Amino acid sequence: MTIDNILKNINDRFGDRVLKTEKKSSRRAYLDIYPKDIVDMARYIFKDLGLRFNIASAVDDFDRIEILYHFSYDPSGVIISVRAILNDRDNPCIDTITHVTKAAWWIEREMHELFGVKFEGNEDLRRLLLPDDWPNGVYPMRKSFVVPKRDSRRA
Amino acid sequence: MSNNRSTIPIGPYHPLQEEPEFWKLIVEGETVVDVDVRIGYNHRGIEKISESKSFDQSLFIVERICGICSSSHPIACAQAIEDICDIEVPERALYIRTITQELERIHSHMLWLGLAGHFIGYNTVFMWAWKYREPICDIMETITGNRQNYAMHKAGGVRRDIEKEDVPYILTKLDEFLKQLDMLKGAILDDPVLHVRLKGIGVLTREAAIEYSALGPTARASGVDIDVRRDHPYGAYSKLKWNVITQKEGDVFAKTVVRILEMFESAGIVRQCLDRMPEGPIDSKPKDIPPGEGIGVIEAPRGECFHYIKSDGTNSPVRHKVRAPTYMNFPTFRETVIGQTISDATIIMAAIDPCYCCTERMAIVDTNDKELLKAEDLIRLSQEKTRKIKEGFGIR
Repeated sequence: MTIDNILKNINDRFGDRVLKTEKKSSRRAYLDIYPKDIVDMARYIFKDLGLRFNIASAVDDFDRIEILYHFSYDPSGVIISVRAILNDRDNPCIDTITHVTKAAWWIEREMHELFGVKFEGNEDLRRLLLPDDWPNGVYPMRKSFVVPKRDSRRA
Repeated sequence: MSNNRSTIPIGPYHPLQEEPEFWKLIVEGETVVDVDVRIGYNHRGIEKISESKSFDQSLFIVERICGICSSSHPIACAQAIEDICDIEVPERALYIRTITQELERIHSHMLWLGLAGHFIGYNTVFMWAWKYREPICDIMETITGNRQNYAMHKAGGVRRDIEKEDVPYILTKLDEFLKQLDMLKGAILDDPVLHVRLKGIGVLTREAAIEYSALGPTARASGVDIDVRRDHPYGAYSKLKWNVITQKEGDVFAKTVVRILEMFESAGIVRQCLDRMPEGPIDSKPKDIPPGEGIGVIEAPRGECFHYIKSDGTNSPVRHKVRAPTYMNFPTFRETVIGQTISDATIIMAAIDPCYCCTERMAIVDTNDKELLKAEDLIRLSQEKTRKIKEGFGIR
């Protein structure tokens, strides 16, 4: 499958549930979707088309939170990034894709603690990176979190 | 049966490992029935720091993510930036990147081989592997000025050129290394004890490797034919002749074979690069980074290293996501360790090369008989098993 085949397959299957298709280059493409479609989309891409799950990354865009799910098709060296936009910045919420691929197990835990994104249906959202005594509700990768300055006098 | 279950906490600190991790093995007798992992002891917030640095500075920050992969991360990061602004990298720079990448792979695999040898009681392998790794570090020092943390890569090219007069020295050292590697390969792959000790343990099936999206040698040893160098061509790899090494078995032995054979391929790649490298500039000197998104992927020694960068047109990234290969390989543990014995757990943990298996501060907390097992005990158990196999062969 070339990048065009992959994008055509996805667009044929999902129609207007794909909000925007952007082919950035011959090896990279970005798709915008509604958060509610992520499980169907991930299942189709991972299971049916057989792409590999690279990773997901949350992006704090000041007024909203985006989650990008990156999938790569190795035989032709293509990376497809599916972008789900969460407009409710105070309470971002999206369905888990851990039932589609176990590879998303850790990254969902990470996004949960660093960005405060809730993954519906994921029972294992324990902390992965942050220490146990880290305060609840403080999400260090949000833009609103400012790294405290170290007091040089007390060094 | 819960009465017979014991918890073995392992970690989080050990002098052998580069990164602290905490393992919780749940065992019934000798058999591991469940595993849990806790990471984050080494979380330095590099993604957050990178957001406050300029693009040029982020390359130095990511270089310090790992003490071994200090060429992989900067190249992946540079490629992500190049992906944002569509810069062409001069051909000579691509060759130099390829050379540093392959030298890094060799010395990383040698390091792993040594530690794996130690865990199963082959301390000679440990001594040899670490000694034979030295010529590679010497070559690195000749090319970049440093054995580690090369500060070699930048968006649009590389910082330093390889001097013509250094090439004969590099080739001599490479030959010296290959001779020793050949001997080491024979000593390891033809040893009947190692076949018995490492075959059939810690098997990661092909299906599980795909399900967990395992990467690099871990996936290739399970018959998943992926290699970023071939699949997502970068550097000069598409112009060179080399093979992707795969094995079918998925056990610890297969992972060892993949790594050893890969080192020969890497040495071949370095030689071809030195031979074919064209003259010319090494830096395309990009000026501004426009708004946009970019992804850079490269094959680090442990698998695909992934960098995603989002830029808003200013001097520093809005978001910089780094995904190191171990992040994906780590969770495959649930498949490989469960059902195995404690004496095999050490080497199975080491087999994915997780920036090293951690065995410090380990104690069997058994409520019944208060038995305590220390860090050394785990290695001792593993070494003892090798000794018993050796005795079976009549070797002392």
